[in-house]
Amino acid sequence: MSADLFESMKQSVIDGDEERSAELAQQALAQGIDPLVAINAGFVLGINHVGEQFGVGEMFLPDLMLAAEAMKAAVAVLEPEMKRRGTQREVLGRVVLGTVKGDIHEIGKNLVAMMLSASGFEVHDLGVDVPFQKFAEKAREVKADIVGVSALLTTTMTGQKTVIEVLDDMGLRPQVKVIVGGAPVTRSWAQEIGADGYSEDAMGAVALAKKLVGK
Amino acid sequence: MAGKINAIAHPRLSLNILSTADVHKIHTATLDVIESVGVRFPSRKALDILEAHGATVDRNTLVARIPGRVIEEALKKAPPIYTLAARDPSQDLPLDGQHVFLGTDGCCIEVIDAFTGEKRRTTKQDSADCARIADALEEVGFWWSMVSAQDQPPESRSLHELEAAWRNTTKHLQTESIVTEPEMQAAIEMAAALTGGKDELRKRPILSIMQCTTSPLGHDGGSLEAGLLAAEVGLPVGYMTMASCAFSGPVTLAGNLVVGNAEVISALALMQLAHPGAPVYYAAAQTAMDLRTGGYTGGGPEDFLFGAATNVLADFYNVPLSMGAFATGAKEPDWQAAVDNAFSSFMASLTGSDMLLGCGLLHGSRILSYEMMVMDCEIYSIVRKTLEGIVINADTLALDVIRSVGPGGNFLKHKHTRQHMRELWQPRLMDRRPYGQWEEKRDGARDWARARAQDILKNHQPDPLDPKLGAELLRIIASVEG
Repeated sequence: MSADLFESMKQSVIDGDEERSAELAQQALAQGIDPLVAINAGFVLGINHVGEQFGVGEMFLPDLMLAAEAMKAAVAVLEPEMKRRGTQREVLGRVVLGTVKGDIHEIGKNLVAMMLSASGFEVHDLGVDVPFQKFAEKAREVKADIVGVSALLTTTMTGQKTVIEVLDDMGLRPQVKVIVGGAPVTRSWAQEIGADGYSEDAMGAVALAKKLVGK
Repeated sequence: MAGKINAIAHPRLSLNILSTADVHKIHTATLDVIESVGVRFPSRKALDILEAHGATVDRNTLVARIPGRVIEEALKKAPPIYTLAARDPSQDLPLDGQHVFLGTDGCCIEVIDAFTGEKRRTTKQDSADCARIADALEEVGFWWSMVSAQDQPPESRSLHELEAAWRNTTKHLQTESIVTEPEMQAAIEMAAALTGGKDELRKRPILSIMQCTTSPLGHDGGSLEAGLLAAEVGLPVGYMTMASCAFSGPVTLAGNLVVGNAEVISALALMQLAHPGAPVYYAAAQTAMDLRTGGYTGGGPEDFLFGAATNVLADFYNVPLSMGAFATGAKEPDWQAAVDNAFSSFMASLTGSDMLLGCGLLHGSRILSYEMMVMDCEIYSIVRKTLEGIVINADTLALDVIRSVGPGGNFLKHKHTRQHMRELWQPRLMDRRPYGQWEEKRDGARDWARARAQDILKNHQPDPLDPKLGAELLRIIASVEG
């Protein structure tokens, strides 16, 4: 019976069907299945499948996003029980993300947040027009491994450098890696401001984050 | 002396892409969106104006829901025809529905150096250089803030870009990088200094302004307020949507047109509500998201369809259009670049986009390539010739000529041939040499384009700016830098 249930869980994520995945998570709880087992033997396999299919060009970004949503819906149902049991999902790392002060563009940053979250990172999204200081404060508060700073304008891009300086001033730089992104950001800019990495797209950002936390 | 501009004038080809009924459906859907969903205007000034004219404004979400009739009435006040003035009046550009003018693309962040071939970050000198090339190329009608002057302070960068361009071309300037009121105020002062006052500037707007929307269904506060200032003094203002299918707009092309249309016409209506009769224009560069990376594609059939369809919408609202064409996603001036830019410029020109943006950039408007700039001009010249169509009259039917040559003769030495032969399109970059000649040199379009750009940079002398005026421009910029 559980084998069928796990298979359905996987399928619900592949289909990007968040109502179905939440419903299956409820079923798992009703049957007394360990939430971590439901995640790792069911839903995660769906995420992995979608990731593989994406890799070979058979599935696209919207498939990934919908799968991530379905996964999130299932985890939300399972979370209270995980807490009760004192267990938690393994987190690849903690990431603080935001679009830098003076800049209100968020779509690219949101995409990165979503993909990181779906890939197993704990993401703290500070939103847009984020003061430099706030990146550092949040990083200290949540003990972030990575701070991601997004900018879409050449005029706000310089704020990425400021964020790094603030992190430096607060003595956080040794333990916090900084990644930068946004349309005007290039590899040479990232190097120049002393960022630990940059990516041109969301999937690249996930690979970069994994590399930076050594996973 | 300022050179002539090879505009597309009175094009004879046309394209039916949207029926009248289609346009009405898009318009009705757009008004529904603006009225029931609303558009985000993160500017108190803008919200106050909209509210005073009957919009329902949410001060927390900054979303204004504007009644459709308010939008329609406001848009009726926009002038359908006006002229983009140039510092040299012989280079004025009448936006009269009968011309298509090519501009440069913008606003890029890297340049492939014209002499070393090295890719590096853009500076003010690059603004000056590309303006000088734009000044020399006959195909280019106006200079659009082509590169970001990244060696200048962020708060005055856009003004340095203008100053560099004004020193190097007499053609009309259009900027997209002024997104704050202080910068706009300074730009107006600079333009007024050049025309000899604000009254004269209103009559002869040598500068026009483009602002970007924030898709989906939003605007940038600074862009709105800067736009309002420009509209107040009569500088033409346009709002550009770059709504991207499946990302910042619906995946379907029709839905994406609706979202972009709602953004653009809500901003243009705001300008008219604040300053009735101010010259405004529609601007767009929609695309489809790349399904793998989420990136802005810059090229492909969806772009070409948007290029043609958007002008039908602009015509419906009876305002000029600035259409994003060219702007290939290719990394080099290669096969992809040629395919993208040929189709996009052709489709947008077929429906008569008044302003065609823009030549010279690669990788989705991120990298300036002088080779591409010259090559784009060649593409444009092909489009221009093609749109002339075929003229049918007694002289062109050439019946007497055919009669006199007869079967088996040739037309080479006929006077009719010499009389008309220069009407045939002549390539600058297309390789029509015998194979053997090519084999010997193995050079081609890119080499010739690069050589032309280098030649212009070394030898072209634009009409100089009066040193006093030049100093005045710098003084105004310095006042912003404080």
